[in-house]
Amino acid sequence: MKHSSEPLFRVVKKTELSGGKLTLLSLFALLLAIFVGGLFILCLGKNPFLVYQSIFGGAFRSKLAIQGTIKIAIPLLISALAITLAFKMKFWNIGAEGQIIMGAIFASYFALFHSGLPHILLLLLMLVAGMVGGGLWGLIPAFFKSKFGTNETLLTLMLNYIALYLIKYLTEGPWRDPASSGFPKIATFVPNAQLDKVLGVHAGWIIALILMVFVFIYLRYTKQGYEISVVGESENTARYAGMNVRQIVMRTMFLSGAICGIAGMTQATGAAFTLGESVAGGVGFTAIIVAWLARLNPFYCLVMTLFLSALQKGSSVMQSAFGLSTYVSDVLQGIILFVILGFDFFIQYKIIFRGAHKK
Amino acid sequence: MKGTAEKIPAIELRNITKTFASVVANEDINLTLYRGEILALLGENGSGKTTLMNILAGIYKPDSGSVLIDGEPVIIHSPEDANKHGIGMIHQHFKLVEVHSAADNIILGDKKIGMFLKASRHERIKELCNNYHLQVEPDKKVYNMSVSEKQTVEILKVLYRGADILILDEPTAVLTPQEADHLFDILRHMRDQGCAIIIITHKLDEVMSISDRVTILHKGKSVATVNTAETNAHELTELMVGKAVELSIQRPPVSHEGNLLEIHHLSVQNEEGVDTLRDVSFDLNHGEILGVAGLAGSGQKELCETIAGLLKPHKGAVLYKNENIIGKTPAEIIKIGISMSFVPEDRLGMGLAASMSLADNLLLKSYKNGKGPFLERKGARALADSLVERLEIVTPDIDTPVRRLSGGNVQKVLLGREIESNPNVLITAYPVRGLDINSSYTIYDAINQQKEKGVGILFIGEDLDVMLELCDRIMVLCHGRITGIVDAKETTKEKLGLMMADATIKEMEGAK
Repeated sequence: MKHSSEPLFRVVKKTELSGGKLTLLSLFALLLAIFVGGLFILCLGKNPFLVYQSIFGGAFRSKLAIQGTIKIAIPLLISALAITLAFKMKFWNIGAEGQIIMGAIFASYFALFHSGLPHILLLLLMLVAGMVGGGLWGLIPAFFKSKFGTNETLLTLMLNYIALYLIKYLTEGPWRDPASSGFPKIATFVPNAQLDKVLGVHAGWIIALILMVFVFIYLRYTKQGYEISVVGESENTARYAGMNVRQIVMRTMFLSGAICGIAGMTQATGAAFTLGESVAGGVGFTAIIVAWLARLNPFYCLVMTLFLSALQKGSSVMQSAFGLSTYVSDVLQGIILFVILGFDFFIQYKIIFRGAHKK
Repeated sequence: MKGTAEKIPAIELRNITKTFASVVANEDINLTLYRGEILALLGENGSGKTTLMNILAGIYKPDSGSVLIDGEPVIIHSPEDANKHGIGMIHQHFKLVEVHSAADNIILGDKKIGMFLKASRHERIKELCNNYHLQVEPDKKVYNMSVSEKQTVEILKVLYRGADILILDEPTAVLTPQEADHLFDILRHMRDQGCAIIIITHKLDEVMSISDRVTILHKGKSVATVNTAETNAHELTELMVGKAVELSIQRPPVSHEGNLLEIHHLSVQNEEGVDTLRDVSFDLNHGEILGVAGLAGSGQKELCETIAGLLKPHKGAVLYKNENIIGKTPAEIIKIGISMSFVPEDRLGMGLAASMSLADNLLLKSYKNGKGPFLERKGARALADSLVERLEIVTPDIDTPVRRLSGGNVQKVLLGREIESNPNVLITAYPVRGLDINSSYTIYDAINQQKEKGVGILFIGEDLDVMLELCDRIMVLCHGRITGIVDAKETTKEKLGLMMADATIKEMEGAK
C-alpha cells in the first residue's frame, strides 16, 4: 500500500558539478543536439554528414565565409555581454532588441544630420549617442521597477515594440529619404559616417572584444561589479550591507542598455549603412540564449556566439546548396538549441525512479 | 457502539518522531484528542508544535510512530488525505484569494461542484453558518473583510470540507481581544456540537480560558498533559520552559561604564499599519551583554532593523553617543561602528551572498574601503584565512561558496565578519541557532571577548538557559512591548517565561 502511493519517478536537485564534469556534460549535450538535428535531416531524405559538412564549410571554408560569420557574431556578442550584466543582477532584461534599436536611432541622427564632422569625431559622437540611446531605454524599466515594483520582463519586452515602431515612424515621416521616390526608407549613410573596416570586417569586432574584456574585469574585479553580484544574490543582503539597491539597479541597467546601444550603432554604421527596421533583427533575443548558455561568463559568451553565428551562416549556405526551403535551417537551428537548452535540466536535476533509492 | 464512542479518541498519536537532517523536531510524542473537547498545545518556539501539526495535516510524514484516527491506524499522505479523515487545519497566515467572495473561497477546490458556479452555493454556506453560529456574508469579497472575518472564512472552508477535527495555529495572534473572545465563543460552540479542536498557542491566559486539557511540548518532547481546571499559569510556565540547566558559560564582569546606545520611545508599524514595536525604551551600556528574550515575532527583528537603519520607525529616537541616528542610511550606521550580525530563519537570506566565496563574503561591508574602482581582495583573503583558523570554520578553502558550508560554519563566517569590523555596538540575533555545543561555546567566547573590549552587545536569543548565564541584563519583549528588563543574575527562567507570555513584573507581583 505504501508503494502504490509513491510516484513513478521524482525529480531531485543535484549537488553542484565540478568544472570538469560540467564541460564534459555540455560537450555531450552538443553532440546529442547534433545527433537529433541529424535525425531531422535524415527525415528530409538528405545525408546528415554532407549537410553538416556544408554548414561547417559555409561558415569557415573561405576568408569571405569567415568574415561573414564574424559579421553576424559582432552584434550578438555585444548584446550578450549587455545581457550578462543585467542577468547577473537577476534583472531579466528581455529588452536588448529595443535597446539596440534605440542605440541605432540615436547614432543615426549624427550620421544623417551631422555627416560633415571630422570622421573620428563623428564616429565617437555616434558611439556616445548610441550608448545614451540604449542606456536610456534600459533605464526606463529599471526606474519603474525600483520605484513601483513593476515587472521588468514585461516592460522591457514591450519597450522593444515601441522602439521598433519608432523606426517605422522615422522611416515614413521625418527621416524619410526625399531621394527615394516610391519606397519609404532612410538615406544611406555617407562614407564619412561609415565605420571603418579592419581586416575586411567593420571595426565593430574590435569594440566587441574590448567590451568582452571590460565586462569580465568589471564584474570580477570592481566594486560596482561586486555590488551587482550581491544584489543578484539577495536584495536583503545588499540593503543590509548598506548598498543603495535602487541606484545599483538603475546604474547597471543603464550600462546594459548602453552596451546594447553600441551593438545598434555598429550595426547601423558598420553593416547596414542606414537605419532600417531590421537593424536589430532578433539579435537581442538570440543574445539571451548566448548569455544563458555561456552561464553569464563573458569569455564563454564569445564561444557560444561563434558557435551560433557559424550555425546561422553555414545554414544559409547549406540550404541553397541542397535546395531546401529557407525555413529548414531555422528548424535545424531551433532543434539544436532546444536540445542544448533542454539538457540544462539534466545538469541541474536528476531523476530517481520508484524503488531505486532503496539500498 | 455509541456508548463506547466517547472513549475512543478522535486522534491518538503514539511515539511520533520526526528528524530533519540532524535536528530532532519531534521525539516520542504522545497525544490524545477526544471529540467534544478543546486541547491546547503549549510550547516555546522550536518546541516542535508546528512540525507535529504538519504531520497531522499531511504535510510531513513521521519517521516513526503511529497516528490513529477513531482508533484506526492511518497514514496521512497529503493534505487531501487529512481532509478525508476529517482533519482541517487553520493556518496562522490566511490562504485566501483576495479578489474572490467568501463563498467562492470556501468552495474552491471542491470537485463535486461541477464546472459552473451555481447560485445555490450561497445557501449551502448560510446553512453551515447557522449550524455553527458563524457570521459571514457569502458574497462579500475577501479584500473588503476584516482580519476576523477572514478567519471565519478559513474556518468555514475546513467545515465545508466536512472536517470535525480542527487544528488552529495561533489563531489569536492577529486578532484584537474582542475578536479573540468572539472566536473562543465560536470554538466552544463547535466543541459542544461534537468537534475535536486543537489550538496551538503560547499565551497562557488563553490556554486557561479556552482549553479543557493542555499538552505541553518542550524541546520536541511531550513533557506533560494536564487538565486545565487542575493547573495554573505558574505550573504551565515551569513545564514549558523546563528546569534550569547548568551550562557554565563564562560571564566576565562588566568593566566599562556609561551609556552607548539609548533607545527612546521607539514605535514601528508594519505595512498593514499594525504596531510591531510599541514605545520601546532602553539603554545599552559599554561592555555589557543585553539579552533580548521573547517569543518569535515579538518585535526582535524590527528592533534590530531599526537600529541598523533598515527600517524607518514611526516614532522615537535611537541615540548613539548622544546623537540621533534615525534617518541615517545603513551605510552611515555601519561606518560609525554599529554592526549587526542578524541570523534570520534563512541564514543565507540576509547578511551573506550564498554563491559567493567565503573570502568575498567578508568584503560585504568593507568593499567600499580603499580608493579607485577596483576591489581590494588581499585583506579579505588574509582575514578569511585567519577566521577559518580561529573560529575553526570547516571549509575546503576560502574560495568555496558559503552555500556549500554547513549552517554552523555559515554562522561563524557571519559573526566573524561583524567582529572583525571592530564595532562599538554589536547586534547579534540567534547566533548559535542550529550549532553544536562546541561551536556554540566558540561563539560565546568570541562575544565575551568583544564585551571585555568594551563593546555594547545586544544579544537576541531564544535559549533562556544560555541567556541567563551569558547576559548581564535581560530585556523581555512581548507583542512589540517591553514587559521587563531584569538582572540576569537575579532572575529565574520562570519569571522570564511569564514575561514572555505578556505578564509585566507588576502583574506577577500582583498575582502573588
